[in-house]
Amino acid sequence: MRRGEAGRAGGDVRSDVRVTVEERASGGIEIDLQSRVALYYGDDIYRQVRDVMCTLGVGHACVSIADEGALPFVIAARIEAAVRRAGIGNGQPASGDSTPLPQASSKERLRRSRLYLPGNEPKYFINAGLHAPDAVILDLEDSVHPAEKDAARLLVRNALRAVNFGAAERMVRINQLPLGLADLEEIVPQSPDLILVPKVETATQIAEVDAAIARIAQQAAVTRPIWLMPILESALGIENAFAIATASERICALTIGLEDYTADLGVVKTPTGAESLYARQRVVNAAHAAHVQAIDSVFGDVADAEGLLQWGEASRAMGFQGMGCIHPMQIEIIHRAFTPSKADLEKAVKIVAAFEEAQSKGLGVVSLGSKMIDAPVVHRAVNLVARAKRMGLIPAGEGGQS
Amino acid sequence: MSVITAEFVTNAAGRRVPRVVNGRAQTPYSSVDGHRPSGNKYGPPIRTNTDYPRNGDKRVPDLESALRLCGLRDGMTISSHHHLRNGDRVALTALQTAARMGARDLMWFPSASFPCHEPVIDLMKSGAVHHIEGSMNGPLGDFCSHGNMGGMGVLRSHGGRWQAVQDGEVHIDIAVVAAPTADFFGNAEGAHGKSACGSLGFALTDSVYADRVIVVTDNLVPFPCIPWQIQGNNVDYVVEVDSIGDPSKIVSGTTQITRSPDRLRISYLVAQFLRDSGIMRDGFSFQAGAGGVALAFVDYVARMMKEAGVKASFVRGGSTKYLVDMLKEGLTGYILDGQTFDLDAVRSIASDPRHVPTSPFTSYNFHGKGNFASIVDACVLGATEVDVNFNANVVTHSDGRLLHGIGGWQNCLFAGCTILAVPSFRDRIPVIVDEVTTLTGPGELIDVIVTERGIAINPKRRDLLDAAKGKGLPIRTIEEIKDEVEKICGGKPAKPRLGDRPVAVVKWVDGTVLDTVWQVLVDNPYAGKPVGAE
Repeated sequence: MRRGEAGRAGGDVRSDVRVTVEERASGGIEIDLQSRVALYYGDDIYRQVRDVMCTLGVGHACVSIADEGALPFVIAARIEAAVRRAGIGNGQPASGDSTPLPQASSKERLRRSRLYLPGNEPKYFINAGLHAPDAVILDLEDSVHPAEKDAARLLVRNALRAVNFGAAERMVRINQLPLGLADLEEIVPQSPDLILVPKVETATQIAEVDAAIARIAQQAAVTRPIWLMPILESALGIENAFAIATASERICALTIGLEDYTADLGVVKTPTGAESLYARQRVVNAAHAAHVQAIDSVFGDVADAEGLLQWGEASRAMGFQGMGCIHPMQIEIIHRAFTPSKADLEKAVKIVAAFEEAQSKGLGVVSLGSKMIDAPVVHRAVNLVARAKRMGLIPAGEGGQS
Repeated sequence: MSVITAEFVTNAAGRRVPRVVNGRAQTPYSSVDGHRPSGNKYGPPIRTNTDYPRNGDKRVPDLESALRLCGLRDGMTISSHHHLRNGDRVALTALQTAARMGARDLMWFPSASFPCHEPVIDLMKSGAVHHIEGSMNGPLGDFCSHGNMGGMGVLRSHGGRWQAVQDGEVHIDIAVVAAPTADFFGNAEGAHGKSACGSLGFALTDSVYADRVIVVTDNLVPFPCIPWQIQGNNVDYVVEVDSIGDPSKIVSGTTQITRSPDRLRISYLVAQFLRDSGIMRDGFSFQAGAGGVALAFVDYVARMMKEAGVKASFVRGGSTKYLVDMLKEGLTGYILDGQTFDLDAVRSIASDPRHVPTSPFTSYNFHGKGNFASIVDACVLGATEVDVNFNANVVTHSDGRLLHGIGGWQNCLFAGCTILAVPSFRDRIPVIVDEVTTLTGPGELIDVIVTERGIAINPKRRDLLDAAKGKGLPIRTIEEIKDEVEKICGGKPAKPRLGDRPVAVVKWVDGTVLDTVWQVLVDNPYAGKPVGAE
């Protein structure tokens, strides 16, 4: 008889469940439940197991549940993974209830911080949105063990349906191609806002992802935009930065992965980042040339708040518009680093006001007090004010119409 | 032992409570401050110094001699304090010695019990110890929860323990005081010695009211032992031993702040609430314990105080490195210390006169001429469950099993602003519920619930609602938070099915009976693993 197992239990595991499914010839669904929440939700879990097995088309099986307080969307994902691993069932998804989709994302939205969530660790999902990052990334790539890719994919799919991430943009980092294409099959129908594509080296790879998304979205009747953020993590990727940034209309940002990039170069990643300065500048330049956002890598030392702030400020000064976070504690610091100074902002607001006044008077020359303002300075001020409005630093109606 | 049969009455909190506990008639809870005591305080027998050595040397060879000289008999009450926490060797040794001497049906009256006291279960099985009146958790808690104890457990707050002894509700026959430093006369203190634990405040009641008092020390110093927090004039015998406890379990090395993002968020919101509602102002005071959330809160609030140029007049602890740092940096005038949790705090209390040891009498006793729990502007506490009426439970798990003691928790509820800092659910177990399993604190004294999903202010506190308005704080109703949690967890949790036999009672700070802890059924079909608390 075929048998499959998925999920984790025991030791210090929390909010996960280990499900073992054993095929039976007859006798219906037999359930063996061990749960630390059995007193409170035992009957609900029994009911859910029966419902999910029915959806998956399995009529006779023994299902063993070792539950560490997993939420319903996790239980469903683990049962489905176990059934698939057993090689039984009808192949239909049992993705369960869904929460209403948040507002669709736009190409220009703020992407100062993006919080990485390991895709096979359900305990981090549920409260991620409370920490108010600009985006969450449900990661299927480096944080997921190769043997768990299939299970993580289902868990992330269910999380996209069930978890309220608040105002955060819902991003998924898929695996490198071709595995990443299998990820897209489960993920795209759930309307993620953005797909991060790792280790991109050529424009062709982006075209492949773009086509897959278009096909799956059409089949699943997904009409919301799904943006792309390629991650450049090798010398070749950096060389092809502009071609990659312009390879698809879906691309809204370009980012860099410094661990892999420095490994590719055979150099050590240092706190100052001197060894990757060229690559980072290249990313900034290519992104701006392609009219997409330039987003920096992550800062690895969670305990070093001061170092993170300095890195973030330097990063903003280089032309990046955001960076990744590996712990919620980094979010607020990163937002601070990517926030323009009060003095810069006040000056920009004045310049924009002067520009608009000149426009209304039909004047070609913008002046502030006795000083003439050059066109590029106006351009920069307009951009800064627009960005500050997205950060909520200036009320939408103020600071000019721009 | 006689099976507990009790007649019940429904008290003013709507809880069914026994009229008689361990043979003593009880008063049901009436309101948070409505019960009026009468009569005089209990007085121990008058002694004369002519019965004690003129040279002041009260040493006897060992604990057995001391217990014999104290007149150990069946049915006596033996008390101990918990300043040595999970490193304590004295309480268990005293009970085991008494058992070896043939004593039966003893009542153990600790100020709290710890996992190291698990072997008391064997003493209860053998009949040497009849029952425990004091906090019970872990294996002791399970033993009591399953109805295996000879009598009912009685859970009291630190202040309530003083009140019960002072009012004569509990008569201590023999107090055994573990002392990190003492002299031959019985003067004792806790801040010095290889087993240093800081304050000895919990032992003060016992030393004053017990018939007989034994001081046990592993650091005998020449007379006088200064400061003498325990005064030798109350002490009958002094026993010198090699070790009173395991120092590594008495105090923790360095207390680490939680790295859990959700708990950090809760801690930050508490600090933000105090700052933005205007409670954090020059000369204010607060109390926080030593849990992960409380430590992080102290760290955040200290930073906010520095930014705002604000100093506290005093802080109450549960002292830790974080309070000590505040004292050193001049962010507080004093630490008023109930118990001393880490090495930094022990060093501080031993050397800084502004770090003051206190006792449950000065801080918490409800039947005194005031206490400073109600002078404190804000206190930050935890809970296992909070209901929509702001009632809270700290003594049992949601499934009704005993989890931990009340500690100073009930006493602190009288602060100007009582804040419970709790996650809204743990794993899949809602913390914000319709009704708490065991009532430990009446909602009318609980002002603010801070969770990771937002801050709920008790509607009775219009002043706080107004003060917090428009400050960008995530203020929500407690019902909103409860509904959201139930949605996440997949509906309302089922109620635990408990037996109809009382295994313990929860006392209010005035000695009245607030709630009953019911027997947990052994044949629970879903008997799962224990669920971790804070």
